[in-house]
Amino acid sequence: MAQMTMIQAINDAMRVELKRDEKVLVFGEDVGVNGGVFRATENLHAEFGEDRVFDTPLAESGIGGLAIGLAVQGFRPVPEIQFFGFVFEVMDSIAGQMARYHFRTGGSFEMPITIRSPFGGGVHTPEMHADSLEGLMAQTPGLKVVIPSTPYDAKGLLISAIRDNNPVVFLEHMKLYRSFREEVPEGEYTIPLGKADVKREGKDISIIAYGAMVHEALKAADELEKEGYSAEVVDLRTVSPLDIETIIASVEKTNRAIVVQEAQKQAGVAANVVAEINDRAILSLEAPVLRVAAADTVFPFSQAESVWLPNYKDIIETAKKVLTF
Amino acid sequence: MASKTKNAKLEVASQLDAVDKEFQTFQILNEEGEVVNEKALPDLTDEQLQELMRRMVYTRILDQRSISLNRQGRLGFYAPTAGQEASQIASHFALEKEDFILPGYRDVPQVIWHGLPLSKAFLWSRGHYQGFENTAALNVLPPQIIIGAQYVQTAGVALGLKKKGEKAVAITYTGDGGTSQGDFYEGINFASAYQVPAIFVVQNNGFAISTPRHKQTAAKTLAQKAVAAGIPGIQVDGMDPLAVYVAVKDARERAINGEGPTLIETLTYRYGPHTMSGDDPTRYRTKELDSEWEKKDPLVRFRKYLENKGIWNEEMENAAIEQAKEEIKEAIKEADQAPKQKVSDLISIMSKELPSNLKEQYEIYKEKESK
Repeated sequence: MAQMTMIQAINDAMRVELKRDEKVLVFGEDVGVNGGVFRATENLHAEFGEDRVFDTPLAESGIGGLAIGLAVQGFRPVPEIQFFGFVFEVMDSIAGQMARYHFRTGGSFEMPITIRSPFGGGVHTPEMHADSLEGLMAQTPGLKVVIPSTPYDAKGLLISAIRDNNPVVFLEHMKLYRSFREEVPEGEYTIPLGKADVKREGKDISIIAYGAMVHEALKAADELEKEGYSAEVVDLRTVSPLDIETIIASVEKTNRAIVVQEAQKQAGVAANVVAEINDRAILSLEAPVLRVAAADTVFPFSQAESVWLPNYKDIIETAKKVLTF
Repeated sequence: MASKTKNAKLEVASQLDAVDKEFQTFQILNEEGEVVNEKALPDLTDEQLQELMRRMVYTRILDQRSISLNRQGRLGFYAPTAGQEASQIASHFALEKEDFILPGYRDVPQVIWHGLPLSKAFLWSRGHYQGFENTAALNVLPPQIIIGAQYVQTAGVALGLKKKGEKAVAITYTGDGGTSQGDFYEGINFASAYQVPAIFVVQNNGFAISTPRHKQTAAKTLAQKAVAAGIPGIQVDGMDPLAVYVAVKDARERAINGEGPTLIETLTYRYGPHTMSGDDPTRYRTKELDSEWEKKDPLVRFRKYLENKGIWNEEMENAAIEQAKEEIKEAIKEADQAPKQKVSDLISIMSKELPSNLKEQYEIYKEKESK
């Protein structure tokens, strides 16, 4: 096994799938010779050639349309949207088109497309690059939305996403790209989409999170332990569809829960998780389920990020409210 | 202190010339059905010419019947086609079965002639989930509703054809309004960058719902938009079936020979409303304009041409009309037999293997619907 960062694991997943299935195509802005602005596609152009790994003109809607047309022709496209903040330019291709073709054609056409895109705050990107827009995707029927929090998960989930016959939006948190390494197996392995992972076992409260917030949650759990609270951390990994079973099992065990997201509080994934818990496990609850989320402003950039982004201290504070309710 | 800038004069005359570059309208048959461009006449047999006429007559009848079925509440969404038969049917006549069509919402006739059973087209119009069921082998997509989206997807379908080494093209249709969309430019530009076998047809019928063509752009033609994308742009008389046929046939040949995509603007007119959903063309068009275009009618001029050649007569015309009426009647009957739609049906076509949330909802609706 090799020690890999998340970006290396993502690169490796694409290499594995490009090798395994000649229908897999990787394309986007600067993904060819340049290897992507984050080097996610490093060396793939040299290894697989212009026919399989190629640059596109600078137009996100065009990239989305290209992916749909290639899927219609039996390919397995893995387009990159250079930053997910640019998704509005390709919103119709994603939400209006690829998510609907199976339905619109009564199942005649599948859309085995995996849209990879970096997102997330804390790395001082320019404006409109770092927004957490997974809530928009999760509200769209016909899409799966995956957000890994570790290199190991990233590789296994990306391989599953590429092999999935439905459109998958695969969001890669920029802060996690190179923040740590871990053991990642060589070759192929898959992690099923739609399955959450208990990243830390506990018995007093469930902290449900995804993406970079998983690491804030783990840090908070360490701090809470010093004060005698045992927190369980559930990493959703797929935010649509939700792994209801794992969420409810955890809540039924701990009887208390908070849901953490980096995105703004309004609507969004956390609100949905809270609603599911209320629908299915309200009698197991000893306290209301609270959220930790960012303020309902537009995403601020650079210096303002660190003030705005939720962190482990916010998680501890909210967890204590629920623990002492 | 600010220094005075020299009164430099940029030489722009030649650039302005490029803006004003004239695009000749390609025509073979004039309004009287006379050949005005002998050397461009396509190499079609008498039987093929008759078949093209038969299809145009059929499509005109289909339009009339669809409008009245819609008024009776027996059809759903419908965008009238009368006036655009040359543009639609003659462009399709230049294609082969293996070519892939990405239609706009008015382009149902091309999809039918490409093999979609009429009854299924009616089901699609009603929003029935069986409309485009089992169509994977037909080389068509459902008519596009989001104007321009079909253009970017066409670049992808054509790139797929190129990668597979197939001798086929992807063809798409939009209207004059569609050329203002970002996706229009992205589509023709991606197709250009990858030099893919694609044909982009702009059916310029003069109005985007009510907005006249001149309010879409100051560009003198829509064909010239191809220039910026670095691909050929052709303006053709869209009421002349032979000219449309030749333009598409020629574009197809170049595409298949690896010479890349073509943009074709067809000058045409829709006699009816934008759609049957409440549009009233008298609010934005004059009777004078209507009758000016009716004089250019594609059926009238092609009928004259064929009659002069002695290969078309009233009997053949009536036979085509009767056949259309009969087939439309049967197709509606068939469409009426489709099962009543249930929410569980709609859930089950979201994907081959349902995600957990839909599995759960499927069971809930199944239970509810069995009562």
